[in-house]
Parts: sequence; C-alpha cells; structure tokens
Amino acid sequence: MRAATDPQVPPTPRAPVPALAQRLRTQLGAAAVVTDEAARRTYECDGLAHYRTVPALVVLPESAEQVRKVVLACRDAGVPWVARGSGTGLSGGALPHADGVLIVTSRMREILQVDLVNGRAVVEPGVVNLAISRAVAEDGWFYAPDPSSQAVCSIGGNVAENSGGAKCVKYGFTVHHVTGLELCTSQGELVWVGSGLAAETPGYDVAGMVVGSEGTLGIVTKVVVRLMRRPEQVTTLLAGFASMAQAGAATSAIIAAGLTPAAIEMMDALAIGAAEQAVACRYPEGAGAVLIVELDGPAVEVVEEEQTVRRVCEENGASEIRVAVDEAERAEIWKGRKSAFAAMGRISRNYIVQDGVIPRTALAEVLADISELADRAGIRVANVFHAGDGNLHPLVLYDETVPGELDAAEVVSGAILDLCLTHGGSITGEHGVGVDKMDKMPRMFSSDDLTTMQLLRCAFDPPGLANPGKVFPTPRLCGEPPRPRSADAPGYPPGVQVW
Amino acid sequence: MAEVLRPQDAAGVAETLRELGGSGRTAVIRGATTKAAWGGSLSTVDVALETTGLVGVVGHEPGDRVVTVRSGTPLRSLQATLALAGQRLAVESGFVDATVGGVLATGEAGPLRLRHGAARDVLIGVEFVRADGVVAHSGGRVVKNVAGYDLGRLLCGSYGTVGVITQATFRLHPLPAAWAWVVAPLLTVADIVPLVAAAESPSVVPAAIELDWARGAGTIAVLVEGSRAGVVARAESLRSALASQADVTGTVVVDAPPPWWGAYPFGPGDVGLRVSVPVSAQPRAIGVLLEHLGDAVTVRGSAGTGVLHAGLPATVAVASLQAALRGVRALLPRTGGSCVVVTAPAQTRAAVDMWGPVPGLQLMRRLKAQFDPAGRFASGRFVGGL
Repeated sequence: MRAATDPQVPPTPRAPVPALAQRLRTQLGAAAVVTDEAARRTYECDGLAHYRTVPALVVLPESAEQVRKVVLACRDAGVPWVARGSGTGLSGGALPHADGVLIVTSRMREILQVDLVNGRAVVEPGVVNLAISRAVAEDGWFYAPDPSSQAVCSIGGNVAENSGGAKCVKYGFTVHHVTGLELCTSQGELVWVGSGLAAETPGYDVAGMVVGSEGTLGIVTKVVVRLMRRPEQVTTLLAGFASMAQAGAATSAIIAAGLTPAAIEMMDALAIGAAEQAVACRYPEGAGAVLIVELDGPAVEVVEEEQTVRRVCEENGASEIRVAVDEAERAEIWKGRKSAFAAMGRISRNYIVQDGVIPRTALAEVLADISELADRAGIRVANVFHAGDGNLHPLVLYDETVPGELDAAEVVSGAILDLCLTHGGSITGEHGVGVDKMDKMPRMFSSDDLTTMQLLRCAFDPPGLANPGKVFPTPRLCGEPPRPRSADAPGYPPGVQVW
Repeated sequence: MAEVLRPQDAAGVAETLRELGGSGRTAVIRGATTKAAWGGSLSTVDVALETTGLVGVVGHEPGDRVVTVRSGTPLRSLQATLALAGQRLAVESGFVDATVGGVLATGEAGPLRLRHGAARDVLIGVEFVRADGVVAHSGGRVVKNVAGYDLGRLLCGSYGTVGVITQATFRLHPLPAAWAWVVAPLLTVADIVPLVAAAESPSVVPAAIELDWARGAGTIAVLVEGSRAGVVARAESLRSALASQADVTGTVVVDAPPPWWGAYPFGPGDVGLRVSVPVSAQPRAIGVLLEHLGDAVTVRGSAGTGVLHAGLPATVAVASLQAALRGVRALLPRTGGSCVVVTAPAQTRAAVDMWGPVPGLQLMRRLKAQFDPAGRFASGRFVGGL
C-alpha cells in the first residue's frame, strides 16, 4: 500500500470536528453523522485504492437542505469537505481529507421528475447512472453517458468527473447531457444553474464549468439530465485482425468514410487472452486485435453503415467479422470488452489502469511506442481502449511480490502519459486528475494556465474548502482571509483520536 | 469613435492589454462587428480591440476531425476550408461576415444545435488573453479530455467580459452525403409540440427542426441528413407522418431550405428577442408574445430545442414589449430558461430589462471580479451590468 496522505496539502491544525459533529447530529439526526472509526474507515478510498485517508467525519445527508447545513457548518468551522457518490472514481477525486468531512450522497437517490415531452429527468445526485435509463426504458428512452461502472456509479460523481464511456464518440460526455444543476457552493449558496428543462440561460455557463470540476467548485444537490430516444436500430460488429496496426487502420478508414459509430473499441492479444480466460468470450481465435464497432440510428442508415464497416474491415485484413443484431448477441460481443479490466487478475497479480488520450491519427505510432516501452522495462502492457476517440486505457501489469516490479510499472505508466502529451493529447480522457495526476498537470498546462484556472476556483470557493488538494498541484490562495474558527471548538493536532 | 487596435497575434493582444492596464483604459472586444448592437448598453470605452488580425487555420487534421483556428477568422471561410476535406464545424451564425470568436462570445447557435448542441459543446480547447495581459489555455487538441477546468465554457456567451479569445480548437463532423427538408404548414402554434414529437422519431433523427411564425401563419421545416438512400426514405416517412399528424396536405419534401432558414427575424435597428423555454412551453410563450405584440412580431427558431427568436419593428410600444417580456419570463421554470432582449434601439434599451432573471448572478459577479477585477472589458453589456 502506498502512503495515504497527500503531500501537496499544507499541514493544517486539526479542525474542530467534534463540535461540528455535534452540530450536525442536532441538525440532521444522529443516523446521518458517522463518527465511529471503523465505519469511517470504510470510506477511506474510492476506486483508486492505493490512496487511502480516513475522513475525520462522514455525513450522509438526505436532501439539498441537509447538504447545505453540512456545508454551512464546515464553512463556519473552516473545515474542508469532500463530496462522494458511489466511490467508483479512478483518480482519487473522492479521497477523503484527514481533517475534513466526507459528504456522501448515497441517501439522495430519488428520481424527482421525468419529463419525456421535454426529454429531461430531474434526479438527486446519489441516483445511479443506470437507474435513469431503466426508469425510462419502457417508454423507449435512455440516458446516453455509459461509464463502465454505470450499474453502480452515481450521477453526482458523473457530474464531478464529466464521465464518458464507450459511446462518447457519437454522444459526447456528461457535460453534453446535463442541462441544469442545483449547486451548493462552499459558502452555502444553493442555486440553480444551467438551463434545466430549456436549452439556454442568460449569463456565464456556470453549469458547464461545474461539470468536470472534480468536486472543487461545490456539491451538486440536483441534476437535470437530457434523455434521448432509443435508436431504431443498433448493430454491433466484432472484427478480428492479425495485428493492432490492421485494427488501427480499419478505425481510421471508418472515420475517413464519414461514419460516426456510437462506439469503436479495440483490444490487443493480451487483453483478449485475459478476457477469454475470465468470461470465455469466444473472440476470434488467434486474433492479434479485435475491434468492436457499434452503429446506431435509423435502420435505413445503420444497414448502409454496416456494409461500409464490413468492407473497410475486410480491406484492412479482418480475419472474421461477426454481427449482433439482438440484445443477447450484443451482450455476447461486449462481454469480453466489459470484463477486460477485471480479467487482468487472471493474467497478472496486479495492474495499473492508465487513462490517456491521443489524436486518433497517432494511434499506430503510440501503440508501437508503448510496446517498445514495455519491452524495454520488461513489463507487460495490455491495451483496451476507446479507439474511436483516441482514449487509451493501457493496463500495466506487475507483481507486487517481485521486488522492483511496481516501480517499473509506475515508470511505464507515467511514460505512457508522456507519450500522450508528446503527441498533443491529454493526461486523462475520462478518469479525471484527482490526486493521481496532479503532478502531471504542469506537463500539460503552463503555470499561467493553471493560475488562470485557479481564478475560477476562487470565484466559486474563496476559502478553498471544497475538495482541497485535488486537481491542481499548487493551489493559489484566493486573497481572502480564512474564516475565523468558532471559539468554542478545540483544535487537535493531527492524528489525535477524540471520539 | 473609440480608437481601434488590431493586434496580429496572441502576444500582440497581450501587449495591448498590458498597455491599456498601464494607462487605466477600457476596451470593447470585437470581431467583424456584426453583433455590435447586441447585449446591454455598453458604457463608454476608450478602445475597440479588434480580433480581425488574428486569422487563419492553425491546424486541421481530417483524420482526427479536429481544427484549430484563430479567432478573427470568418466562420464562412473556415467552413469553406473544412468542406474541402468533407467536414464541417457544427456552428452557425446568422451573419455572413461573423468571426469564429464573435460567434463564440455571443453564444450564437443555428438550426444544427438540435443535433450538435451549442458552439461550446464542440469547442474542445481555447487560447485567450486575460484582462491583465496573461495568455492562458484550457482544454486541448483531443476530443476526449477532462484535465483541468474547461475555461472555454466561461468564455462562450460571455460577450467579451472576461477575456479575449485568440484561438479555438473544435471537434468537427463529417459533411452528410445528402440532405432534404420536410416542410409543413403550421396552422396553429399548438401544433408545434406534436409536430416536434413526430419529427424526433427514432426512424428519422432529424438534424434540425425549425419554425417560422408571422401574421397568423407559420411553417415548420425539418432537416434530414445522412446517406443518399437513407435521406430519401427518412424524409418520405417523416412527410407522411407530419401530413397525418397535422392533418394537412401541404407537407412536402424539398432539396433546399425555406428562405428564412437560419436567419434572424430582425434586422439592424429592430428589436430582437431570444427566448429559451422547454419544448412543451413554446405554444404558451409564442401565445404571450402574440397577445401583447400582435401581428408585429415574427417568431423563428429551433422548435426542436425551444430556442426561438422574435423580431419586432423599432416602433414597437415599449409598454407592450415590457408586458410581453414579463409574460414570457413568468413562464420560465425555476430550473432555467431565458427571455432576453438581444438587441434594441437606444430608447427601448433604456426602458426594458434586457436580460431578465439571471439565476446564479452572484457567482457570475464573482467570476467577473476574478477575471477582470479592474473592469477593463465592455462593462454594462452583459448580465447584471457586467
């Protein structure tokens, strides 16, 4: 396990948490306030488990008004807080603050309104992503962003991370499907931002700025999402290729043909082998790469696009092409891809999931470079990724029991991000910066860029209480004196347990 | 007339702004000035900082479907360049001379917004210069990217109040192989909702649904884009659905847009409104406009998204306009929407609330204070007098 606390955060005197806990018990009821050490420990990490910090206090509000009470109590006491949904994030964005409050939205799980005439739903932040699609499925609608954790992850977390998924190529990200937010700032302002059931609102696009801000601009207490009509036809193709180069060339040719599939996913031989062991997905035997292409839309268009994709794959050396037209067949094709990350456990004791982006046209070159990097380091890297938008998810395999392997894996993992940047890409396509990639931010952005981003933060959260120590390596002070701590709350040095 | 400065690159913009700061002068940022009469009344400014010297495509990689362009580039010439590669930027302006930066800053969006969203939805990276002359970037050159705050979202629709956009990177879309318009008479505004629902059928998936209403009669026009065979089939199926839905015989498939397509229903000197309501509230909103403004008003816009423009002659009675604004604003849900006076003659401007209710205005004031603490840019023009 890695060192838990974040070295970037300046040491602060232990905040007056016991008094704060007492205040919140009175306001929210005892059941909503978790002080027990063992219970708090269950929240010590999110989906990126090698960063761990036990929060000083966990609070489970049931309404926007209760969230506001928690935030106001924190403001008054000068205590930082972190919002957490289902804790599935992969960059440590919901890593608790040792001296702060963890605000967990899991009790805010109501779908408040479904308005199909206007194609919107109003939901609480703890609502699970997939629950929205399920609620409207019978009427022929769905919610488009589909991160692979969609059966568990919360919409509030999706908003914080601007979550993507397999179908971003065509449908975009959370920011394109969230039209309004009820936001609670660290000042306790509870305000509706965005256009909600409409499409425009006057002023700056505050909602658009909050989406993807990783919980550093406030906490959302309600979310208006855009719903879409389920496509008339969905066709999923699986194509096996001898090499990644062929599959990459086929991807480029699909784009060059003017198609915009809902998804273009690629896996290499190592990933295919692992998936095969884990779920017996029966992908084409001996394939060096597989491509999954999903087409959706009006049937008459999809049929024509399918012909184009088939032709293009054949021209690029596809050994076998399978087509799924019903849900069962489609699930069969997706099974291997969706289980790929977890399947790594079959072929490696440990692995790092990387998330980087490159321009699609650099795919072949970068994949070759990754392979060379891995060979040089004596480390295996499996590739599973969203080829359609150049979002790589290299899985860097290692065995923690072998001395030096973890370090070697981390070097390779970091070097992959460097490759992404060298090719004009990004250090994260969908997992976020969190605590995990703060140190990479200066590689992607100049200090002027980062300072400018801090201006935004200072407008929303002048005292810096919302998820401090995340995203930015060197937070700027906002030029406002910190709020005085309440006089009756004793301060404790770090690490002192006072329950 | 204020002095006009026309820097040739981002460094020049930065230097200009530092000089203005040093001498305590204020500036209005402008492109081709096609929308100079938009927004609230501008306070007196010392300088016009024009972006028309920042022109040209910086990079276009068709295989990535991404373009980087300088902000003063005319949108029209960018589209012409992209079309050579069979691509387009899903951003439209109602003005032929509009620059890329001006379209972003004023939040213009045309018919394609139904399928592709507003300009901010296809903007993936931005370079801009802060009021204090610092050049900053956010986003990047790849479509999928969640590193750092998206400052492009701050700049889009900001009316030049927080920074000078110098360069923008966009996600592109392929040009369709074929397109057609299905045009149906709109007998009553109450028909808008069922017609939109019919047009949004999963077997059609239109690229745009626009309406035009003037002097008691209207038209709804639906753009269908796709493959040659696909468009023929989809347009015909939509024609028959709309014909039966609206119980009309005049529904036709045509290969050119109606003359009003993508054009604002107001010209220089007129009063122009922009109304954004839920799709289902359009009949009521238009009803309110008609009730107070009668046949003087022309309503046009994206029926599929509920973003409509209304045009009125400059001579419209201020009391009627005020009543109409009040009426439409009363319809806006708590969660958002807008009824904005985009442009109006000076005497009308002075008499009406141009922007209406602005949820989150306190936050916006703080944003302005952070990015332009000295009030260097265009004060008075934006929400809350920012």
